[in-house]
Amino acid sequence: MTDHVWWMPPNGALHGAAIDRLMWWNLVALATLFVLAHIFLFIALIRRKSTGHDLSPMRWEYLPLIALTVLYAWMAVSAQKLWATIRYQGAAPHALQVEVTGQQFQWYFRYPGPDHTFGRTRPELVSAPAGNPLGLDPADPHSADDIVSSVLTLPAGHEADLGIRSIDVIHGFFIPGMRVKQNAVPGMEMHIHFTPATPGDYPILCSQICGLGHARMQAHLNVVSNSEFEAWIAAKGRKK
Amino acid sequence: MSLSVQQKAPSHRLLTTDHRSIGINYLLLSLVAVTIGTILSIFMRIHIVSPMLKLPIWGVVPPEGYLALVTMHGTLMVFFVLTTAPVNGFASLVLPSQIGAERMAFPLLNAISFWLTTISLAVLLTAFFVPGGAPISGWTNYPPLSAIPAAGPGQATGMDLWLLSIGIFCLASILGAVNQLVTIISKRCPGMTLMRMPLTVWSWLVTAILILFAFSILLAAVVLLLSDRHFATSFFIPPGEVINGFAVDPHANGSPMLWLHLFWFFGHPEVYIAILPAMGLTSSLLANFTRKPVFGYRFMVVTTLLIGFFGLLVWGHHMFVSGMNPYAGTAFALTTMAIAIPSSGKVLGWMAMLWRGRDSRVHPLPTPMLFTLGFLSFFITGGLTGPILAQPVLDAYLHNTYFVVAHFHLIMAMAGVFSLFAAVYYWFPLITGRLMNERLGKWHFWLSLLGAYGTFFPMHFAGLAGMPRHYAQLGGSTSTLTSLMPLQTGISHSAFLLAATQLLFLVNLAWSARRGQPSGDNPWRATTAEWTPVTKGCIARYGPYEYRHSINSADFFQQCAERPEQE
Repeated sequence: MTDHVWWMPPNGALHGAAIDRLMWWNLVALATLFVLAHIFLFIALIRRKSTGHDLSPMRWEYLPLIALTVLYAWMAVSAQKLWATIRYQGAAPHALQVEVTGQQFQWYFRYPGPDHTFGRTRPELVSAPAGNPLGLDPADPHSADDIVSSVLTLPAGHEADLGIRSIDVIHGFFIPGMRVKQNAVPGMEMHIHFTPATPGDYPILCSQICGLGHARMQAHLNVVSNSEFEAWIAAKGRKK
Repeated sequence: MSLSVQQKAPSHRLLTTDHRSIGINYLLLSLVAVTIGTILSIFMRIHIVSPMLKLPIWGVVPPEGYLALVTMHGTLMVFFVLTTAPVNGFASLVLPSQIGAERMAFPLLNAISFWLTTISLAVLLTAFFVPGGAPISGWTNYPPLSAIPAAGPGQATGMDLWLLSIGIFCLASILGAVNQLVTIISKRCPGMTLMRMPLTVWSWLVTAILILFAFSILLAAVVLLLSDRHFATSFFIPPGEVINGFAVDPHANGSPMLWLHLFWFFGHPEVYIAILPAMGLTSSLLANFTRKPVFGYRFMVVTTLLIGFFGLLVWGHHMFVSGMNPYAGTAFALTTMAIAIPSSGKVLGWMAMLWRGRDSRVHPLPTPMLFTLGFLSFFITGGLTGPILAQPVLDAYLHNTYFVVAHFHLIMAMAGVFSLFAAVYYWFPLITGRLMNERLGKWHFWLSLLGAYGTFFPMHFAGLAGMPRHYAQLGGSTSTLTSLMPLQTGISHSAFLLAATQLLFLVNLAWSARRGQPSGDNPWRATTAEWTPVTKGCIARYGPYEYRHSINSADFFQQCAERPEQE
C-alpha cells in the first residue's frame, strides 16, 4: 500500500485512509483481471490450433464464475463494512456544526456562533446583493450571532457535522481531499460528518450540473489548528 | 428473399410498411443522429482545451453552450443511436426473418413507430434554434434546474422541446416494443421453439420487456415534469424554492428526488436495452466465425434473462450520494454486484468460444469478427470498473467524475457502437447484396480501437484525480484542475482521431453500396434464417447454431428450410 493511490490527491481526512486502501486493492485486483483478459484474448487470436468442440463447462464457465463471485462478494462485504462505519450513524454530539448552502454558483458556510443555535432562514428574505444570501431572519434572536463565510474553515482533529442544503437547484458538495461527496438537494437537509486530520487548503468542487456557472462553483476548505480556528471564528464574530 | 429490398423502387421506401425498409430507415436515422452527436462531442473536446477558439457554425462557445453540447450529445447518442439502431433498426431488419416470419405482427404500427421517432429527432434538434438555445441540464435533466425556466439559458423553450421530443420517443419505443413482443411470441414459424431462437432474438425479447417497464415510467416522468412547468403542479419542486434571488411561486411538498428515482428506474434498464442486442449478436457472430456452436446456449439464455431481471433492480446505484438513505445504498450496491455475475458469465462463455479456436477455412479475421472482438475488449474494460462504482463508499469519491465518464463510454458507448459496426459489416449484404470493403474495414477497426482507448482510458485518471464531469473549463478558484490540462489535451487529440476515422466508415458505406463485391445469398455461411432465401412459409428443423459438422461435407445446417407442400 502506498500513501498515494494513482492520481488521487493526498488524503486529509481521518476516514480517508481506509477508503484509499479499499480503492487501491480494488483497482489492483480489477486492473489485473483487465490485463489477464487481454492477454487471453491475444493468445486466443494468434493460436492456430483448434481444441475441438468439447470444452468442459465446469472448467470454463462455472469454476471461473464462482471465483469471480467470491471476489465480488469480498469486495461488496469489505466496502459495505466501511460504508456502514462512515454513513450509518450520525455525528457525535460534540461535533462542530456547520451549515453548507449551495446556490447558483456559490457555496456558503454558516456557523451557529456562541449560542450554538442556527437562526431561522426564510426563502423570501434571500438576497445576495443585500448581504443576506441565505435569507437569515433578523426577527429570530438566534440569527444575530450566526457567522456566514464563503470559506469553510475547520479545526484539525475535531469532527465536523455538515448540514448540506441548497436553495435553488441540486448541487454536488465534493471535497476530493476529504474523500467526501454529498448532493445538496433543495427542500432537504443532508448531514455528513468527517474529521479533517491534516491542516491545509483543500478545493471544494460542485459535482452536480447546476447551470451555466457549474464549472466555476468552487470554494476552499481550510483545515487549521484548534487555536487558529478559535482566532478565526472570533475575528469573524467581531466583524459582524 | 434476401435481395428483395433491392428490387423495390427507392421512391416507395420511405412510406413503406415493409419491415426491412423500415429497419434501413431506422438505421439511416441513427446515422444522422450519430453524425451530429459526434460533431457535438468534437466541439466539446475543442472547448475544454481551448475555450476561446471560434468554432465553425457555432462561434465561440460560452459555458452554457458547452452544457448544451453535453446535453444534446448525450440525448442523441443514448436515445437515437444506442437505442434506435440496435433495438429498432436491426430488429426490424432481421428479427422477423430470424424467427421464420414473413413480417412483423403489426407492420403499420412499425411504420408509425419509425415516423414518431423521426418526429422526435426533429423536435429535439429544433431546440438548437429557439431563443435560449438547447437545454443545459445534462441528459438526466434533474429538477429544479429542468423544472424552472429561469434556472438557466435553454431551460425555457429548449427544455420544453427536449421533454416533448423524449415523450414522443417513449411512445414510439413502447409501440415498437409491443410489436416486437407480439411478433416474437406469435409469429415464429413451425419448429421455431423458444429454445431454438437465435440469441439475438432472446435479447430482443428481453429488451422489449425492459422497454415496456422503463419507457412507460419515463413517459410518466416527462408528463409530470411538463405539468410542473406549465400547470403549476408540484411533483418535483420543493417548498421555499429560490431561483436567481427570486422566490418561485409557492409550491407544496414536491421533491426532486422523485424525478431521480423515476428517471433512473428508466435510465438503468436503458443501459441494458442498449447492450443486450449487442450481447446476442456477439454470441451469434463468434459462433459463425469460429464455425462452432455457441458455448452454453442455455447458459447464455439464462444470463440474458437474469441481466434483464436484475437490470430493473439496480437503479439506485446512480443515487448513492444523491440524498438517498444510506441503507438503501447498501441494498442497491448488493443488487448491482449481483448483476456483475451473469455479465461475467457471458464474458467467460465468449472467451471459451474463442479458446476453442477457429477453422482455418474461414478467412482469418473478417471485419465483423474484429469489431466483435473490439466489443468484447471494451465490455471487459468498461465492465471491470463496474464493481468499483457499485460500492457506495468508493462511488462517493468517484461519482460524477471523469471515472464514470470513462466507465459508461467504454461499456455502453464504445462496446455498443463497436457491436453496431459489427452488425453493419455483417448484415450489409442483406441490405445491398454486396459486401463491405475489407481493407477499409480493417483500417476503420484498428484506428477506431486506438482512438477509443486513447480517448476514454485516460479519463479514469482524470476521475481519480477528482475532476468532475460537465466542467466547461479547467480553471476556477482552485488550482487542482488546471494541472490536468496535458491529460485533457491528449484525450482531445485521441477524440479527433476517433472521429476522423469514422470518415473511413462513411466512405466504405457509400463505395460498397455501389461497387462492393457481390455477396451471394449467404456470404458468411451462416445458419440463422435471415440468410435463407425462402419465398413462402418456412420450417425450423435445427437449433440456431449448427456449425459442429466440420468433418462432413456440410459444415453447417441452415436453421430454416422452405416448408414442404402440405404433407
